Amino acid sequence: MASSSSYNSPCAACKLLRRKCMPGCIFAPYFPPEEPQKFVNVHKIFGASNVTKLLNELLPHQREDAVNSLAYEAEARVRDPVYGCVGAITFLQRQVQRLQKELDAANADLIRYACNDISTSLPQAPGTRSFQPLTPRNRLAEFNRRNIDNEGGGFYQVPGALPYSFPWNDTSSGDINDGGGEGGM
Amino acid sequence: MRGQEPRSTSSCAACKLLKRRCTPNCIFAPYFRSDEPKKFAKVHKVFGDSNVSKILIEVPEEERGDTVNSLAYEAEIRLRDPVYGCIGAIALLQRKMIQLQHDLALARACLAWYTSAIGSTDDDRVITEPFGGLSADCG
Repeated sequence: MASSSSYNSPCAACKLLRRKCMPGCIFAPYFPPEEPQKFVNVHKIFGASNVTKLLNELLPHQREDAVNSLAYEAEARVRDPVYGCVGAITFLQRQVQRLQKELDAANADLIRYACNDISTSLPQAPGTRSFQPLTPRNRLAEFNRRNIDNEGGGFYQVPGALPYSFPWNDTSSGDINDGGGEGGM
Repeated sequence: MRGQEPRSTSSCAACKLLKRRCTPNCIFAPYFRSDEPKKFAKVHKVFGDSNVSKILIEVPEEERGDTVNSLAYEAEIRLRDPVYGCIGAIALLQRKMIQLQHDLALARACLAWYTSAIGSTDDDRVITEPFGGLSADCG
């Protein structure tokens, strides 16, 4: 039966591990007894021993954030044992790639329109026309065509496989900041 | 280092690290090849072999490959960022996505203005730009 001299009740970790919750228990500040599920998930996925090692490697002011992120990842992994929180990363990477592609297309259109504005608003010197000006109706038609080709003006579906490479191999390529070297973030 | 393997069957990376005999039905063997020692080392450090084994047993066999790869990715991120791990990556991507959404909305607003302005003129295009010319707001 767990009993502590300084604490009213053992922390959630020591309760689950059925041990005495000592005054310097590393888990006690972050796993209160009223949140038992938090430590249950963390222990199931990471293990109390690994969490202890990880927390001991961090500065005290970093530990709360570390525990919360571990708890989040653990819960995600319990809900989705196959992908865990990596599923969310994959989804967000695809969204970022899609938005970047749409932004690039919109900026390209803007540049073309702006260049056409400049080229047609200034007096044309003979033989110096570098742009092929579009009539207003052709401009609208081309703009609409581009958006229709992109499936309705905005929702670009990334077909097939993941857009970013993952560091599955030991070369540890595919830094998320690099976006796998392909699409970028 | 001896170039020749003394054993008749090579151990998987997990059993090599754990220094145990790799049995024919080793659950790790299909996913932690002996030529990828770092992959299991990272997973072992973050999750522990016991926990990984339990996770793999719980998922269907056809999904274990993806499971191992996602665990390896998560472990890699956690080792790079011990405080935030994958959560830091998610937060970064969310911020990036919000920024892109904002930029895209802005670009589209400018494009809408262009198309409406163009559509309202015939041959002579007298366009009064609302932002005083090609400002940063319209690229």
